[in-house]
This record gives sequence, C-alpha cells and structure tokens, in this order.
Amino acid sequence: MTRHPAQPPVRIYVPRDSAARSVGADEVTAALQQAVDGADMALDLVRTGSRGMLWLEPLVEVATEHGRIGYGPVAPDDVPALLAAGLLDGGEHPLRLGLVDELPWLARQNRVTFGRVGVIDPLDADDYLRHGGLTGLRTALKLTSADVVAEVTDSGLRGRGGAGFPAGIKWKTVLDCPGELKFICCNADEGDSGTFADRMLMEGDPFLLIEGMTIAAHAVGAREGYLYIRSEYPDAVVTMRAAIEIARERGWLGTSVLGTPLAFDLHVRVGAGAYICGEETSMLESLEGKRGMVRAKPPIPAIEGLFGKPTVVNNVLTLATVPVVLAQGAKAYQELGVERSRGTQVFQLGGNIARGGIVETAFGITLRELVEEYGGGTRSGRPVRTAQVGGPLGAYLPPSSFDLPMDYEAFAAAGAMVGHGGIVVFDDTVDMAAQARFAMEFCAAESCGKCTPCRIGSVRGVETIDRIVADENRDENLAVLDDLCELMTDGSLCAMGGLTPLPVRSALTHFPDDFTGPARSLSGARTVDIPIPRVPGARTEGTA
Amino acid sequence: MKIRTSDPTVEQVVRTVAAAHREQRGALLPILHAVQAELGHVPKEAVPVLADELNLSRADVHGVVSFYHDFRAEPAGRRTVRVCRAEACQAQGAGRLVEYVEQSGLALGQTAQDGSVTVEQVFCLGNCALGPAVEVDGRLHGRVDTERLGALLHGTDRTRRDGVGATHDGSEVPRS
Repeated sequence: MTRHPAQPPVRIYVPRDSAARSVGADEVTAALQQAVDGADMALDLVRTGSRGMLWLEPLVEVATEHGRIGYGPVAPDDVPALLAAGLLDGGEHPLRLGLVDELPWLARQNRVTFGRVGVIDPLDADDYLRHGGLTGLRTALKLTSADVVAEVTDSGLRGRGGAGFPAGIKWKTVLDCPGELKFICCNADEGDSGTFADRMLMEGDPFLLIEGMTIAAHAVGAREGYLYIRSEYPDAVVTMRAAIEIARERGWLGTSVLGTPLAFDLHVRVGAGAYICGEETSMLESLEGKRGMVRAKPPIPAIEGLFGKPTVVNNVLTLATVPVVLAQGAKAYQELGVERSRGTQVFQLGGNIARGGIVETAFGITLRELVEEYGGGTRSGRPVRTAQVGGPLGAYLPPSSFDLPMDYEAFAAAGAMVGHGGIVVFDDTVDMAAQARFAMEFCAAESCGKCTPCRIGSVRGVETIDRIVADENRDENLAVLDDLCELMTDGSLCAMGGLTPLPVRSALTHFPDDFTGPARSLSGARTVDIPIPRVPGARTEGTA
Repeated sequence: MKIRTSDPTVEQVVRTVAAAHREQRGALLPILHAVQAELGHVPKEAVPVLADELNLSRADVHGVVSFYHDFRAEPAGRRTVRVCRAEACQAQGAGRLVEYVEQSGLALGQTAQDGSVTVEQVFCLGNCALGPAVEVDGRLHGRVDTERLGALLHGTDRTRRDGVGATHDGSEVPRS
C-alpha cells in the first residue's frame, strides 16, 4: 500500500448479488474496508450486481486508467496480500484476471439484456442514466401505443419465461381490448432449478425491469403493474422495492411518468413457496389472494387476466429486454438469432459445472459450446453424462445430442425445450432412474391439484418407476409408464403435468440401463429404497 | 418476534395487519406474510378473523393458508435452515447434505426438540452455479459441504461476520 491519504479514493467494485454474497462477498468487502481503515486511507466502494462469472465470485474489480481490473475468487484472507501486491493500482497477483471486459468468457458474449448487470450500482439512478437508462422509455413515450406494440412485434421478441410466445402479439391483444382497467404483471416466480437470470437481473439492474414494465403500460394502456417475486428471492424483493421507491421519487413512476400524461405505478408481491405459481394463470390467482390453482384457457389472460381484466403477463427477461428493443430499434434486435428465435437468450449454466454463470448470446449457439467451451465441463472433473435443459420440466440430453442449436423450434423437434434457458450439468455418477423418479415426485409435491393427470399421474409415476427399478413386471410397468406419460402430456391443464413426462421419457430413452437393478440414491450409493423422504408439511392432499 | 403475555392477542394482530392492507387488491397473501412476520406463524385462530376481515369463508382462508408451503402452522425454531434439493444442487451433492441432516438426528420439515433449529427442504434458491445451496434465516450460502452445514445447523458457523447463527433480531429467545 503505497498510496498517500491525499490521493483520491480508489474505486473498488464488489458484487452485492446474493450468489456472490453466498460465497463471501460481504466478508471480502468488510476485510477491504478494515484494511484501508487501518492504513488511514479511503476507498470508494461500489456494490454492483454480478457479472455472471459465478465461479470467480467474489470478484473484486478495481477502476484503473486502463479499465476495470478483476481479481477472483477472493477470500477475506486474501485481502492483505492483494493490497500488498498493489491491488489498488491493478497490481500483479495470482488472483489477478486482467481487464474484466476483455476476459474471453465475457467478451465473446452479446450482453443485451444483461448489459448493465455487474457494471453499475443497481440502486444508483444516476449511474443507470449514465449507462443509457431510460432511453427506451423516452423513445416509447414519443410513439403511439400501437407503434410501440409494432416495434416489439417486429423485433421478434418472444416470451423468455419458457413458452416462447411472441411478446408483441400478446401486447396487441391487450391493447385491442376495450376498458379502462388493464394490468401489467411481471412473472418473477423463477422456480425452475438451474435458472437464476431473473434473480440476477432484479438484483443487478432493477430500473431496467421497471422501465420495461412502464413501456408495456404505455403500449397497452395500463395504469397498474404487479411484480410477483418468489419468496425464495428475498434480496431481489428488497432491491426491487427500493428501486421502485427511487423511481417514484424521480417521477419515473407515478401519475405523470417523465412529465408525460402516462400514469403508471408498480407494486411488488411476494409469493409463498409454490412452484406452480410460475404458471401464469396460477400466478394471477395468487395475486388475487387465492390458492395458486391453474385456470383453464381460454380465456387467455390477455383478455381476461388479473381480476378478469385484460392483462399482460410477461417474464422478467422479456420485460427487461423491451427497453433495449425500443432504444436500439426492432431491426437491430431482430438481426440477432436464428430462424424464428430472434435476439439473444440468457443461458444459465449450473449444476456440476466448472465455470457456471450467465451466458447471454444470440440464439443458435449449441449446447456443446455452452457446456464445454463456456462451462469447461464438470466441476468434479468427471465426464459429463447429461445436461437437463429448461428446468425440472426439461429433457435430460446425453452428450451425443449436444450439437443441437439452442433455438425454440430445433429443441422442440428433438423432444426437448429451451425453456427459460437453464442448463444443469451432471457428471457420470448421476442415476437417471432417480432423476426420473424425482421429476414425478416433484410434480406430485408441487401440483396445484386441479387436474387429475397431473395430481394423480405424478404419484402413479413415482410408484411405477419404483416397480420398474425393482424389476417387478418390468415390461408391463414400462408400458404403464409410457401410457401415463402420454396421458399427462395430452390431458394436463398446464405445463406442470404436461411437461413432467419430458425429463422422465428422455431419461428412459437416453439412459435405459439406469432403470435396471437397484437405483442409486442421489448421493451415488446404490440402494433399493431411494431415500427421498416424504416431508411432513408437503402438500399431498388428493394425491393418494 | 417475541410474544409475551402482555402482547396483543392473535385477533388484535390480525385486525391491525388487515387494516394496514385495506387498500390493496387481493390482499390475502400480503396479509398472511405480515401475520407470519409478526407472530412467527399463522395460527389457526387467525383464520376466522381473516375471513371476517376480508369477507371470505373460513374454508377459503384455510384453503389459501394450507396451499402455500411458506405459511407455518407452528412457530419455527430459533434458526431456520433450508436445504436446496432441486436438480442443480442434486448434481453437486445435495443428497449428501440431506443424509447429513438425518444423521444429525434432525428431519426435513421438523424442528429440533430443543427448539434451536427448523430444517426444511426447498426447491431452488437461485444459486445453481454455486451449489449445493443452503439458506439460513433468509441468508444464502453457496458451496456448502457437510462440515459447513453442521456449523449452520448448530449456529456455530464463524465464517460469516454478519450474525448468521443468531436469530433475525440478534436474540436467542424462542419466538413463542
């Protein structure tokens, strides 16, 4: 530490993202503060979102004249040595990564929706403006509602929640509905395992989501918006509430948004631990204060949504991409991607992976590039056996299928789905019969119970897989399972029951050997009784 | 939150909370969260009061309370430890954490006899690249191994400087 106290404080960035905090970002911040306090120096500490290179967290960045130099993963105990090595001047150290913007993992990506995440202080409104914030909203407010909808339609933006429905078409339906009372609902009930992009966006760039929802309000004529965040994301709830408060003070929300006649206000609602509330109609029921039971469609929410009124329901990433579309134009966005999957997708690499995190890139990248080139294979160093794509309702794919391009239609044609872009990697210790059983068990625990195929089918599915693995009337039970899967696919009200067969069938198709002989537990030990305990308090009504 | 004998009755708490949410549309969930934040759980006695406040049937209110995993019928222990058992954490050895919980004489979904800790399963905490993930009193922990989980369960984790291991309000007094 050679700096003189009179020199201006050095700017240091440490993430406040909950994933970074989960591995010690707060402790590193405290250690930094303590060290400079002891040396009678000042630091300009900025807590940002995460860059999404999660294996490098806690990632400490130092502003230098050449740009932001990264160090990671930093442990609190590393701090004295880092400072001694000249951290504040970007000095050499084994943890020094170089200029963060030039790290190949990041530089190869095309950060559109995630452009500011990890870069700015999420709750600094001026920082948001300095980095191009509100450009999309200002552009939109100069256009008519119909023109905004047309722009979104032309961009080819599709719902990022999983279903991939064109956002512009949904908006047009709401715009064309008569009536004064319409709603914008953002689905932030990101319950799929392997997905965390919504959380990171809300924690890392909350004003962007507010801006997107406000543009949606202008586009369809809504005055009231709800942001439904799952209770498992307490940090996102706190950040969004704080950002909404700041936006109100700044006149970005309220009776006259940015001084225009647009009136729009936004409320955060917190879920209560029900996976099914990520399904849009179930989420609407929950927002109305009811059990999160799925509604039959039609009527679609665009026509009869929240409290029976026309409602836009979009995922966080969809709404957070809208400002970019408006700011840069539909054409620029449309030029990215392949076939009917336009723009970028925010892929999330998780599970047993060496370099997990956020990869935002144009559609069309292959699964192999994501898992092997970005992900670097498994964290355990063992061979990759499978990747589950698209959450708990997505297919398990073997490495021989990894050359599939990530595009909605190509995946659908292969009996899989891109979903919300989550990719969970497993090494060769995984027992695919246990994973198939888990898919059914999860469905049984989280089914809303409204339709029989999902409620009963999932319980029967668990039993049937147990019998197959125990080699009880194997062929007959395989036929029963197949029949059950078909019934659940065709007869369920929503994607919960309708897609649970996807992981089950893909496991059976690609890994049939795992279904013979005693199943292994999730920890890898072979036992007959797969130790997935029935948990007291789990919702089981009507499942027996 | 500590309830002493001089504290307001369940009915008073529920009516106060309901009044504060009067202007909200579909306010039952926010009200239930607020009641649980006040009382540590949603007691049975709250149901008829809520029904009266919101002009719903008791069956409607009970149906909502029992639908959502978050609402507790009984107060939790002094610490609540939630172990993620979703796929991404399974791939990183969440199964071993669950086995460890059971070997420690605890069970998922239950509170230790001495009231020190409630252990629950959760499906996804959004920390899928840094699993296995465990949440303690709302605070997320990544890359948790069995040794670390033991410290978190017993409140002896010293790798954190933010008071994890103590209750929210820093006290060690049981909630009820």
